[in-house]
Amino acid sequence: MDNLTRRRFLTLSGVTAAGALAAGATQVNWSDLMAAAVDDPLPSEQSVLVVITLYGGNDGLNTVVPAADPAYQKARPELAYGGDEVLDLGDGLGLNPGMKGLKGFWDDKRLAIVRGVGYPEPDRSHFRSMAIWQTASPKSPVPSGWLGRWLDATGADPLRAISVEPTLPPLLAGETTAAASLPLRGLALPGGPVGTAYAALGKPSPGEGPWQAKAAKSVLDLQNAAQVLGKAVRSGHEREDEDDEERNKGASAGGASQLGAQLELIAGLIEAGVPTRAYSASLGGFDTHADERGTQQRLLTELDGALTPFVQRLQKTERGKNAMVLVYSEFGRRVQANGSDGTDHGTAGPVFLLGEKVTGGFYGEQPSLTDLSNGDLRTTTDFRDVYATVLHHVLGADPAKILANHTTTIPNLLRA
Amino acid sequence: MDPLKKAGGRWSGAGSPDTIGRMNGISERALGEQALVRRLNDRLGFGPVPGDLTAGVDATVRRLLGPATDAAAAAVPPPTGLEAPAKAKDGKEGKKGGQEAKKAANRQRAAQERKLTIWWLDRMVVSRTAGERLTWFWHGHFATSNQKVRNAAWMLAQNQTHRRHALGRFGDLAEAVIVDTAMIRWLDGQRNRKGSPNENLAREFLELFTLGIGHYQEADVAQGARCLTGWVLRDQGAMFQRKRFDSGTKTILGETGDFDAKEFARLALAQPASAAFVIGRLWFRLVSATPPDSATVARLTTAYGAERDIRSLLMAMVGEAGFKDPAASLVKQPVEWTVGLLRALRLRPGKLEEKEQAKLLAGLRGMGQLPYRPPSVGGWPAGASWLTTSAGLTRLQLAQQLAKIADLSIVDNARDRAGAAGALLGVDGWSDRTRAALTGVKDPAHLIAVAACAPEYVVSA
Repeated sequence: MDNLTRRRFLTLSGVTAAGALAAGATQVNWSDLMAAAVDDPLPSEQSVLVVITLYGGNDGLNTVVPAADPAYQKARPELAYGGDEVLDLGDGLGLNPGMKGLKGFWDDKRLAIVRGVGYPEPDRSHFRSMAIWQTASPKSPVPSGWLGRWLDATGADPLRAISVEPTLPPLLAGETTAAASLPLRGLALPGGPVGTAYAALGKPSPGEGPWQAKAAKSVLDLQNAAQVLGKAVRSGHEREDEDDEERNKGASAGGASQLGAQLELIAGLIEAGVPTRAYSASLGGFDTHADERGTQQRLLTELDGALTPFVQRLQKTERGKNAMVLVYSEFGRRVQANGSDGTDHGTAGPVFLLGEKVTGGFYGEQPSLTDLSNGDLRTTTDFRDVYATVLHHVLGADPAKILANHTTTIPNLLRA
Repeated sequence: MDPLKKAGGRWSGAGSPDTIGRMNGISERALGEQALVRRLNDRLGFGPVPGDLTAGVDATVRRLLGPATDAAAAAVPPPTGLEAPAKAKDGKEGKKGGQEAKKAANRQRAAQERKLTIWWLDRMVVSRTAGERLTWFWHGHFATSNQKVRNAAWMLAQNQTHRRHALGRFGDLAEAVIVDTAMIRWLDGQRNRKGSPNENLAREFLELFTLGIGHYQEADVAQGARCLTGWVLRDQGAMFQRKRFDSGTKTILGETGDFDAKEFARLALAQPASAAFVIGRLWFRLVSATPPDSATVARLTTAYGAERDIRSLLMAMVGEAGFKDPAASLVKQPVEWTVGLLRALRLRPGKLEEKEQAKLLAGLRGMGQLPYRPPSVGGWPAGASWLTTSAGLTRLQLAQQLAKIADLSIVDNARDRAGAAGALLGVDGWSDRTRAALTGVKDPAHLIAVAACAPEYVVSA
């Protein structure tokens, strides 16, 4: 952590000034955490997780393309990529031609691709399926996200996880703690009488209803986040603020735009050494029911164009080298194209992991294109195996407590 | 039949109001009279305007849910001149010229969308009945985004459809929406062809619009898609072409026939699960995040009736004990919070300067909720999703901007300025915490900005 960030961080701790912060549960945890930061500073080797959600159900078969498989060519005559079009990964598979940067990481053995990832009895609703991925609870709905539960279990501090979208994705909402969210333009609260009065709204009020209490706590969280993160972010991010129509490409299943700007912000936060261990970013627009080939390739090119400089930048600093990126979507697509040169909602898809600590290569079996379940790919890896692996190796947490006793990890995927 | 008659004076006997100790957390059975009037204004409208809180419960329900049309809203005419920008002709201007034309078309589209959004916000601000509030609800229910539709005229047409049926029969609404031009574009309905189904629209219709997960099978989605074939998009909108329609026999939700779009909607609505689903969605947005118990659902289903009458349903809903339960608080969605504040401050979006209009829209975008731009077909999130650090910052900025241009002399001249701010915003009362925070803020614009961010205003108690 650089000195400036660290000083702001410590000022907030209540070690020097308790006045602005209200008494309450968060105060205790915050102070405890800050006191710990004084005695035992966050080590720079502490690893960081960056989760990227692709909303809309990315078509995995046209992302990691089984171009050599005749069944693939047959199922998607208008959508299929030829073997000479894709970026060869071996095993008869190739990356979508839009993913040249990721191919470079593959060649450097820093990109891992887990194949056939999904969950039992797949649900084809975007919303149910995304909820299953985000809550890590395939059988019954639960009110908390998997990283939210990690927050609950590790000190209830909203700054330990940050989303860079205006609304909080469910994966970051715990039972008692919600992650902080940070707009691309940063956080700068007014000073003077407005600032003072606003800060005072963050105090809990005896007997108020649960939503009012949450609203008050969100004011308090905002104060804390603004003091720790505000300046670090503002320096580099004044420029994004307008409504270019073209920027907001996408379709009907949610997600944000400007992934590049989101990741730039996250890189800055990681380098500043803020006390955040998990970040969430997203890209929408993958709900490609029609004219899929061009749209998806454009989106994958955007993903690649955002990820490549991000991962390259992270490689340049000690702290960045300890960051790991996880990219997933809620489901894959049917093997067979539909009549609109698109694909309808399907099942298993690939998950990407990127970073210095990743042992590059394939994990999990490639699902067969001929042994299908009702026309859909069969899942070969449970998505919770991926979560358990990153919870254990990246966040140093016990997966059993967060994933309802699901503890199976993927061996050798990550280096300690 | 006048739904007011059906409700039969149930309001006057609502039990003895008791607001003592509300802010001290002493539990009680039901909201007091004035808090109930405030809640009715919040939940069936966009918050009270000065004077609304002195009306009685009966009169408030009659104004909001009575059969009268909303003259104030009707006096705000929809924008004209909304039409799709001319398509750039490929090749003729060369690549650079083509890019320029594309940019110009995008600017034109964005300007039309701004005009459309300001118009609707303006209507919400002046509205006097529940019609506009329910139009807003249906927009979130049948969530369609101009992000993909890219045609303000089509979005307006859909919006008018929602408005026309807002308090009418749900079946009429659903049948109109399933063949609505913007909806067809949004969910690829025009790509759903005989022999090559595109399931997008059929799936979301069952999952998100009428039945909910668990009340249909994958086969119903596939067969439903066949019912929705035949629709094509032309410049003037969606059109049905019989020769493209899959007229074969389909089996959907246990019924077999050569069903079309209208019949598909009818079959979905005939399912017993449909009433409970729609009631649950309305309850979630208008009453409480805690679902109604089965006895309540049964009573509301009876009120909804075979005609699927939305007005009757709402009449019954606001008469339920659950509606009067003090625990039934809701975090205001950004549009509700913003429109409520504009109403309280007597500011009309349509009359703001263009620069202020731009700030208003940027504020809504920053809080994560811009009309005509829902994030997905599932609509907007609720509850804690609006209480993020990022949204909190934008909320404060927008409150400052709006307070700055409002006439706040009534607060300025008051002896108890915090109390006057509360009265202006129509909150039930300030907690000691908020009163302490507001005390000592001199500038009335500052005072109102902070008050508008207080938990007592951000949440509809």
